[in-house]
Amino acid sequence: MELLVASAIGILTAGGLYLVLRLRTFPVIMGISLLTYAVNVFLFASGRLTVGAPPVLRDSMESYADPLPQALVLTAIVISFGMTAVVVMIALGAYLGSDDDHVDDQPQDDTQAEGRS
Amino acid sequence: MTHWIVAPVILPALLAPFIVLAARYHIGIQRVFSVVGVLALIATAAGLAWQTSDGTVLLYQLGDWAAPFGIVLVGDRLSTMMVLLTAVLALFVLLYAIGSGWDDRGRHFHALFQFQLMGIMGAFLTGDLFNLFVFFEVLLIASYGLMIHAGGDARLRAGVQYVLFNLIGSTLFLFALGSIYAEAGTLNMADLANRVDLIGPDATVGIRVAAVLLLLVFAIKAALVPLHFWLPSSYAEAPAPVAALFAIMTKVGAYAIIRVYTMIFPPDVEVTAGLHDVWLLPAALVSLAIGMIGVLAAKKLDRLITFSVIGSMGMVMVSISLFTPASIAAALYYIVHSTLAGAALFLISDLVRTGRGNLHLTAQAPAAGAALTAALFFVGAIAMAGLPPLSGFIGKLLVLEAAYDSSAMAWIWVIVLGSSLISILGFARAGSILFWKAHGVTVDEDAPQLDRPSVMSYVAVGGLVALLAAHTVFAGVVHGYTTTMAAQLFAPEPYIETVVGTPGKLSTPKEGY
Repeated sequence: MELLVASAIGILTAGGLYLVLRLRTFPVIMGISLLTYAVNVFLFASGRLTVGAPPVLRDSMESYADPLPQALVLTAIVISFGMTAVVVMIALGAYLGSDDDHVDDQPQDDTQAEGRS
Repeated sequence: MTHWIVAPVILPALLAPFIVLAARYHIGIQRVFSVVGVLALIATAAGLAWQTSDGTVLLYQLGDWAAPFGIVLVGDRLSTMMVLLTAVLALFVLLYAIGSGWDDRGRHFHALFQFQLMGIMGAFLTGDLFNLFVFFEVLLIASYGLMIHAGGDARLRAGVQYVLFNLIGSTLFLFALGSIYAEAGTLNMADLANRVDLIGPDATVGIRVAAVLLLLVFAIKAALVPLHFWLPSSYAEAPAPVAALFAIMTKVGAYAIIRVYTMIFPPDVEVTAGLHDVWLLPAALVSLAIGMIGVLAAKKLDRLITFSVIGSMGMVMVSISLFTPASIAAALYYIVHSTLAGAALFLISDLVRTGRGNLHLTAQAPAAGAALTAALFFVGAIAMAGLPPLSGFIGKLLVLEAAYDSSAMAWIWVIVLGSSLISILGFARAGSILFWKAHGVTVDEDAPQLDRPSVMSYVAVGGLVALLAAHTVFAGVVHGYTTTMAAQLFAPEPYIETVVGTPGKLSTPKEGY
């Protein structure tokens, strides 16, 4: 199982990094989503992998799962979900406003009068 | 246990929803509540700073759960000073935003402003690494909203870059936290400090990776070269009052580096040997050089100021990376200076834009209200470039003095002094084009007359400049205080003892439980 989880994190991270390095907003946002999935699984595994063990301590308990990473990962999921929603909205606004979805700065003529307020 | 320490987090957290829900359509009410909130913040922050000035460490256990299981807020000299600095900066930025009408050009400025303050205050006060992450996210998500306040295509595009870069930074932060938890089994800073000490020299692979990842995350926040690429366009495109408030955000990164790398990974710990002098110092020197060269190369005033911010962060990081008590004290003095000077310059750039219509460094007809704006720019530029008599010069002297005994002394002195010369040239060029050459340009009669900036705008900028002057006049007092602060940072045992040793509600089990 360690191999499975580790390679899943690795593949997600690699795919995410590749997509983040693209130049259009859509693949970059997809890449960020993959990266956040990878980090969520990574956080989950940071409390060691246990199968079928409850995350609650009782007197008669032989083995238990570390509950803290589960709480951490819940926070991380909520935050990354919200952030992704925000970036989708801003990117949509930028795309609809300028009809261009490049992430990088486009070369422009600096001497032109600027259009921003 | 005093509850005051949680007030800087709770107060904006309550005020912001109130502004959104109850005062949505009344800009006047929003302004009043926002200003009153910030004034109350200043009073609280001043009280906290006064309480901790004798070296006490204030501890607040949320829900009375003892550390390391519960969440704690900790106030020592450093964090309360940063809280006070943030609150004071916020007041002048808010006055400017109101005076210039920026807050009315989009919606929910005041609510986002309060959320931003909540995040910054929390990041300074928290004693827990995961909560540091959460407060980073709070301040970031508020800053995303503020950054694209008032809209516009260029601003939205810069906003996308800013958000994406910071999302990657947050992901990296989570990776770092995961590795720290996997290695040490705790995320409470004081508890971590104890446990990292116990890790044997042969088992340091994981914690080394975590330490470097964490340093990278904070370096992104502090805009250290080569992780600075997000800063110039996002700060230049952000509304000027927002950019002025962001002047404290790069300092959050510097604060986090100071906090984590004096307490958890101090320089004498085997685990992180070589991290500061081999990696951090050259990066800081390069940022200093690149920032100041950017000042000389900039074609627009707002870009010029963003690069001067990168340069001054480079100066702060040079001083931090020496990691002696004297250099940390110098860095803390410089942090206060650089926050005030950077914010003042961003506001001044907006004064220029108001009177002139744009920020291109080309000779154009004199701007409305040019005389006063030029005087303020002159003072701000002197401060930022580090010329006598203002605090930039004193801060730079302190950094140079702290570097005197270092093995890299020659490099540091050459780059600090050389970059100062370049930045003086850059600021002098910008100022003379903007304000002097303007008198040689014939005025186009058909051009629309632009209004002078409002009096309140000038009051806000003047207030920041007056604070800079006070920071210079009372340099001895301030530096004395930052020296005691550095001494407290380099002897973290009372801090650790307070956090770990204070009992909470389950520390003594009740009968029959």
